[in-house]
Amino acid sequence: MALDPATVRRIAKLARIRVTDEEVTRLQTELSGILGWIEQLNEVDVSGVAPLAGVSHQRLPMREDVVNDGGKADAILANAPARVDHFFTVPKVVE
Amino acid sequence: MTLCDLSLAEARDGLRRRDFTSTDITTDCLDAIAALNPKLNAFVTVTAERALEQAAQADRRLAAGETAPLLGVPLAIKDLFCTEGVRTTAGSRILGPFVPPYESTVTANLLRDGAVFLGKTNMDEFAMGSSNMTSAYGPVVNPWTRHGDNAQLVPGGSSGGSSAAVAARLAPGATATDTGGSIRQPASFCGIAGIKPTYGRCSRWGIVAFASSLDQAGPMGRTVRDCAIMLASMAGHDPKDSTSADIPVPDFEAACGRGVKGLRIGVPREYRSDGMSPEIEAMWQHGLAWLREQGATLVDVSLPHTKYALATYYIVAPAEASSNLARYDGVRFGLRQDGSDLQELYENTRAAGFGAEVRRRVLIGTYVLSAGYYDAYYLRAQKLRALILRDFTEAFEKVDALVTPTAPTAAFAMGEKMDDPVTMYLNDVFTVPANMAGIPGLSVPAGLDSAGLPLGLQVLGKPFDEETVFAVGAAIERAAAFATLPSLRAGVAL
Amino acid sequence: MSYMLEGRTGSWEIVVGLEVHAQVISKAKLFSGAATAFGAEPNSQVSFVDAAFPGMLPVINRECVAQAVRTGLGLAAEINLESRFDRKNYFYADLPAGYQISQYQMPVVGRGSIEIVLEDGSTRHIGVTRLHLEQDAGKSFHDRDPVLSYIDLNRSGVALMEIVSEPDIRSPEEAGAYLRKLRSILRYLGTCDGNMDEGSMRADVNVSVRKTGEPFRTRCEVKNVNSIRFVMHAIEAEARRQIDVWEEGGEVEQETRLYDPGRGITRSMRSKEHAHDYRYFPDPDLLPLVLDPAWVEELRSALPELPDAKRARFIREYAIPAYDAGVLTVDQAVADYFETIAKGRDARLASNWVTGNLFAAMNETGRSIENPPVSAAHLGQLLDLIADGTINGRIAKDVFEAMVETGDAPAAIVESRGLRQVTDTGAIDTAIAQVLAANADKVAEYKSGKDKLFGFFIGQAMKATGGKANPAAVNEALRRALS
Repeated sequence: MALDPATVRRIAKLARIRVTDEEVTRLQTELSGILGWIEQLNEVDVSGVAPLAGVSHQRLPMREDVVNDGGKADAILANAPARVDHFFTVPKVVE
Repeated sequence: MTLCDLSLAEARDGLRRRDFTSTDITTDCLDAIAALNPKLNAFVTVTAERALEQAAQADRRLAAGETAPLLGVPLAIKDLFCTEGVRTTAGSRILGPFVPPYESTVTANLLRDGAVFLGKTNMDEFAMGSSNMTSAYGPVVNPWTRHGDNAQLVPGGSSGGSSAAVAARLAPGATATDTGGSIRQPASFCGIAGIKPTYGRCSRWGIVAFASSLDQAGPMGRTVRDCAIMLASMAGHDPKDSTSADIPVPDFEAACGRGVKGLRIGVPREYRSDGMSPEIEAMWQHGLAWLREQGATLVDVSLPHTKYALATYYIVAPAEASSNLARYDGVRFGLRQDGSDLQELYENTRAAGFGAEVRRRVLIGTYVLSAGYYDAYYLRAQKLRALILRDFTEAFEKVDALVTPTAPTAAFAMGEKMDDPVTMYLNDVFTVPANMAGIPGLSVPAGLDSAGLPLGLQVLGKPFDEETVFAVGAAIERAAAFATLPSLRAGVAL
Repeated sequence: MSYMLEGRTGSWEIVVGLEVHAQVISKAKLFSGAATAFGAEPNSQVSFVDAAFPGMLPVINRECVAQAVRTGLGLAAEINLESRFDRKNYFYADLPAGYQISQYQMPVVGRGSIEIVLEDGSTRHIGVTRLHLEQDAGKSFHDRDPVLSYIDLNRSGVALMEIVSEPDIRSPEEAGAYLRKLRSILRYLGTCDGNMDEGSMRADVNVSVRKTGEPFRTRCEVKNVNSIRFVMHAIEAEARRQIDVWEEGGEVEQETRLYDPGRGITRSMRSKEHAHDYRYFPDPDLLPLVLDPAWVEELRSALPELPDAKRARFIREYAIPAYDAGVLTVDQAVADYFETIAKGRDARLASNWVTGNLFAAMNETGRSIENPPVSAAHLGQLLDLIADGTINGRIAKDVFEAMVETGDAPAAIVESRGLRQVTDTGAIDTAIAQVLAANADKVAEYKSGKDKLFGFFIGQAMKATGGKANPAAVNEALRRALS
């Protein structure tokens, strides 16, 4: 399945990755190649097969309702590229 | 002979006998790293000072008669494991100067058992790659070269730094991770052993996630026994990982000596693909013959959907990755590239922070999950995954383990297989099915090809039956008597 | 009879569905051990999991699951013994992981229903489509800096229940009644405190309009409305906007809007303009949530009596009017208060005192039922004083005022202020004789047939006894004196 430039741009937008015009062209070829190769899966009859999301043999474990974390704003913010006091900051968002 | 030449088991035993100190062996490893890393680029970060402190502490404990499974043993840590206070890059620019304020469960387990950490090893960016060429910190050089050819070879990937470090004897063992073959393929390329255990055997907590339903940590060592020793320390239930298995960790080291008499070894006929090189085919037959000679029965088995595993993987893994990597947005840690508004900040940060292969996979993953395509790609892939698992489940009703080649080729040269992404992806064709099914897989060096490069054989086992996998792997190892050394290694003048 | 909005082209019916986000009452977050308390210092209740640091993994809080199951049981809904967590992927400043863990395809609770009572006393059932568990996002502050938004992740990861109604609601009044009833049930269950002003209950309102008999037209979602009154206003404002669009020949576009309470209008939400493509898929860090049926039964058997059942019981046991029973059962604490004083007493009188005097006193003093202006024990004693004739009903109101003021027991107030009812017939007869003597003209009028003056004499006689006379005794003595 060949991707058109608009689709490549739409996906890149969804993934929040800036792409230049040249990159769009290259990605079109690469992604179309990968998706074309993946199309071999269409030859398998999967009707009636239950989808498998994971292979864990566990039952979902549950935690007790106990507060045993938090209280470490300094550590949470220590790697922040931008902050004011104990807030992370980003360019102003208009809702 | 330096202490770098010791296997992990020999180092451990020598330390216990007080033949030498942890400071001695750690110093030798650090010296070897200093000498060879500029050439190999196996380490992104070397924590020499910290290593010597840990070694000195281990020496005090050893002197006091303490025992711990890995007390004083130096190890290399793949840079995907978060290490408290030590920069962790995942091979990516986007993590920037990120220093984790926490220690991954696996590395914490190793520290608990007395290990000394030499540093963080290079890797394909976010573990996406089979050559280590996608690292933001430069490629890793395979310590092996072809006869009569100086071309630099790739160490495989994504755990290429770990495999090169262990093969070149910069460390007796290393941690690694395997999402589609990232332990086994580089182990094969570098002539060492490595095991991806059963999904859930090692905690994923604190390991930078690539594809959560496939990622598993495992060890790399120069021998099967070394892997068994390390895995025993790395593994174990972790309540912080909901997918971690709450079952006891058996004595893996003891399992290495079990032998294969009476075992039924499956030979999956679909692995005999048309394109398989005669040398790989020959090595496979050797391995099977060795097992038969040691008392195993060979059984022809069929895994009809296994040929679809790789294409299935390239839906599942990118889909999960596209979501797992959304957190790298320049807000709370890592790289930030400013923009006029938040959306631009995101787009600039992620364009600058992610390399080409990661961008490709994030885009593929975004696409296969997007509205209108989910059923055709992701849902279909999940169904195929069910079929792939069913194949293995049925095969393991007849056999105790499967033996296959680890990779379709020996190590290739840097720059090869770079023309289109799918060619590179085909490296993992034999290893990916085990990740899809969550079963354990070990690569063990079995011999050399005509160019003098190592080739590995892969042993696949039932879920949580790493013991049989170790037993079979050790049997191949004994028969192969693989003793050739790479040209670049500790103690050898450059 | 049904609610319709008049446009230029005729009347329009409104169609409303509500998505309520109810913050689960739990000590720790849905997938981490950080606290959930309201109003903490920024980023002080954040774990590395909540801030989506590399390699962090979620582990679900059992109590949050229990709360969702309790709520489902309280809504008479199906409990899905197997449900699943999915990731909803989108980028936003206060969504650290770039995805929200939610339940998209397989929610923990399926279909249920809520009965609402309208002002005219009629009842309706509003369908509940589903209830699922999900994480809350952090909070962005846009007003603290001219060019920056500040991000606080304290709320990030707090458990929410999203409770989705069917598009069964047809008027602002019904929407209000639905929300009040839902809040009442949540509070009874102790699964959400329902405080809309603290944001622990918020509503997204889906609104469309149509002419009678038409299929549904395009709907718009008005996001994050934070009071019941605003929900009711937002519905009308949005419906009026849509009617204008349709009547001007336009087309309503499906979009997300915000309600501006200051201007009483809704407006398009710019930040959500980016294409909605959430790319849901099962969260590979979590396994399917499989509930043990025995555990669900355990939770069911421990449920409290809920508003509908209590209301029915009050009508049955206490023989009070349905309306009163409804008012008394909105809030469990009020119902408990009522039951404390109604047991063994005149329940109708008790109901009147609670819904009348007590509620008025709560309004005046600003006190809540948890910290009432008059304790249930004291109000019960007051009713006893009325019942045994120690005071009459009029004096009781004065005593009650004094109780609110002083906090003293009613008997003490009656004694210290000498408010005991006069039942001594001699004293009453004397007072009546004085009243009749002073109003000889009126006595004559009465005797010539102006019966209404009987009330005047009663009033005068009560006044003469300082209001303390037993009204029945006065009545009887007066009748005797005038006959």
